[in-house]
Amino acid sequence: MKLFAQLRERLAGPHERNATRQQGETFMKGVLAAGLSALIFGFAGPAMAEPVKIGMITTLSGGGAGLGVDARDGFMLAIEESGNNEVEVVIEDDAQKPELAVQIADKMIQSDQVDILTGIIWSNLAMAVVPNAVNQGVFYLSVNAGPSQLAGSMCHENYFNVAYQNDNFHEAMGQYANDTFEKTFILAPNYPAGQDSLTGFKRYYKKELAGEVYTQLGQTDYAAEIAQIRASGADSVFFFLPGGMGIAFTKQYSQSGLDIPLTGPAFSFSQDVLPAVGEAALGVKNSASWSKDLDNAANKAFVEAFQAKYDRLPSVYAAQAYDTARLILSALEKASVKDKEAFRAALKEADFDSVRGKFSFNSNNHPVQDIYVREVVKEGDVITNRIIGTAFTDHKDAYAAECGL
Amino acid sequence: MSAALFIEQLLNGLQLGFMLFLMAAGLTLIFGVMGLINLAHGSLYMVGAFACAIVAAATGSFWLGLAASLAAAAAAGAIIEVLVIRRLYARDHLDQVLATFALILIFSEGARWLFGSFPLYLDIPSALGGAVRLPGGATYSAYRLAIIGIGILVAVGLWLLVSKTRLGMRIRAGESDREMVAALGVDIGLLYTLVFALGAALAGLAGAMVGALQSVQVGMGEPVLILAFVVIVIGGIGSIKGALVGALLVGVTDTLGRFLLPRGFELFMGTSDAATVGAAIASMLIYLVMAVVLAVRPQGLFPANR
Repeated sequence: MKLFAQLRERLAGPHERNATRQQGETFMKGVLAAGLSALIFGFAGPAMAEPVKIGMITTLSGGGAGLGVDARDGFMLAIEESGNNEVEVVIEDDAQKPELAVQIADKMIQSDQVDILTGIIWSNLAMAVVPNAVNQGVFYLSVNAGPSQLAGSMCHENYFNVAYQNDNFHEAMGQYANDTFEKTFILAPNYPAGQDSLTGFKRYYKKELAGEVYTQLGQTDYAAEIAQIRASGADSVFFFLPGGMGIAFTKQYSQSGLDIPLTGPAFSFSQDVLPAVGEAALGVKNSASWSKDLDNAANKAFVEAFQAKYDRLPSVYAAQAYDTARLILSALEKASVKDKEAFRAALKEADFDSVRGKFSFNSNNHPVQDIYVREVVKEGDVITNRIIGTAFTDHKDAYAAECGL
Repeated sequence: MSAALFIEQLLNGLQLGFMLFLMAAGLTLIFGVMGLINLAHGSLYMVGAFACAIVAAATGSFWLGLAASLAAAAAAGAIIEVLVIRRLYARDHLDQVLATFALILIFSEGARWLFGSFPLYLDIPSALGGAVRLPGGATYSAYRLAIIGIGILVAVGLWLLVSKTRLGMRIRAGESDREMVAALGVDIGLLYTLVFALGAALAGLAGAMVGALQSVQVGMGEPVLILAFVVIVIGGIGSIKGALVGALLVGVTDTLGRFLLPRGFELFMGTSDAATVGAAIASMLIYLVMAVVLAVRPQGLFPANR
């Protein structure tokens, strides 16, 4: 694949390659690079211009592959739509393993010499990769993971989060529960993101808790927890259980016959898992920064193009990755990635039509965006989400003050 | 805490235990009879779940799916026995672990290649969708009671098979002296393939039944495999009775630990901290039980006669 990309690059004429270069300085660099490679390759045809290289590390195998596949497909859709053939994307599978992600990142930075890294889904992988990568001068744009440390004390000028800070969706559901319910039962897996989730929820939910339970990470049987919910006298349940855990919980909850309203962040009710949950998810309220029925032109075009190309509805992961790619493309039009100062400023402007409607960066390079409450509904044969309300307008994360940027 | 809640949790523990028994019975039979460590047992569990989900989606019948899961897992088991496992009996355990680990990777990526990265849909049959009222005021899911029932049936069936039938006699004989049985004219190769397919079918059955409760996806077998190994180590490797007792012990300990420990810690610390600490210790509990059993009885609770 890479070979073909390079071949294509060489076959393209120099005018075409330089077409999107606008600034004089970049052009000079291009000429210099052309001169150098002409020296190296002798008379061998037109010289090669240096393309922008993006390294995408994401989860394409194992139980979490659905999320990575959607992120990859959303990202590549935006790149293809742009028709910008200077952008080369190198994609590798991290198998949801931090040590593997670190190795791939090192390889991409050192031997592939990528300018930008992106793609990581999971917070523990992001924590392993991001600090080291941005310290080596590479840009990192997050399509999903948003651990609190990277929004607060460990924030970095080269790190941009285009998705959310991890607490955001949980905070939104806390706000919704605070407005709607009196006694909520909350549960999450016992690992950092799970604890952040319940902390985020409680930041906005100030009423009585019917119970607070931490489950094991990777747990698939929730009969014991559901029995506790039944006995607790709760009037609603909030849960954060990503991946297969959420599918298992929602099905078992529905089978148990409990009819207390179920709420949670979008992760367990996203388009990648809804077909597996089935009708058990109908009526569940969940929070997200995006939904396929958001009414703006960019979103309509995105949903249509994604469906046409991949024959399925996009998930929130695909939408975030699509926005990430479009942000990079918008910044590339303004500045060369080699001019770090200018490129950073161009990224920070966030001058692109987000599928989320409005989108801008806070001082810590994390999003300022609206967060919606969605309901799982059935449209014909398809189970999907529609927006029923707005939990937050122009929401910022709670950690920006700890960031020194 | 009411008695009804406690009974419900106890039943949850038993249900988890019987599900683990279906996995562990095959694992311990294969280890006991053939001396083979089969890490790919979790993949056979996944094969069962995928087969059930696909057939149930195509025909609309969970029961046809369940039959398909037995057939598909048994067939997959027989095929890998003939193609791969057969070459490993004479090798040491490290070679077996390497080869069967490779099988896990092949099954996982094969399933992804065939069915994609997204989880499949499988729901419990509508006939078992409701709840059953138990004496004492508790209600309990009919489907989960059915899992307990099937677990009991399989346990009795396996006991009858191993101790009362000619096939069982050969299995026991093969366990104690492979060469002698072969010399007496028993086709030991066929016997091993049968035992392997039987163990695989049980794993597939467990996968299909649990798949309806959980998500059917690539990699679903590995967490269960680890628990199944804990079960056979506690129960005594090679013993069906040990697998049953070990599975129930692990199932009940795990469920009641998750339920009772956070409540216990709540007596002397805040709710949030008790939830975190209780959950952390509950997740270690079965390994603590295993450590204690190994310290007292290094061969497990019911060591097979070897």
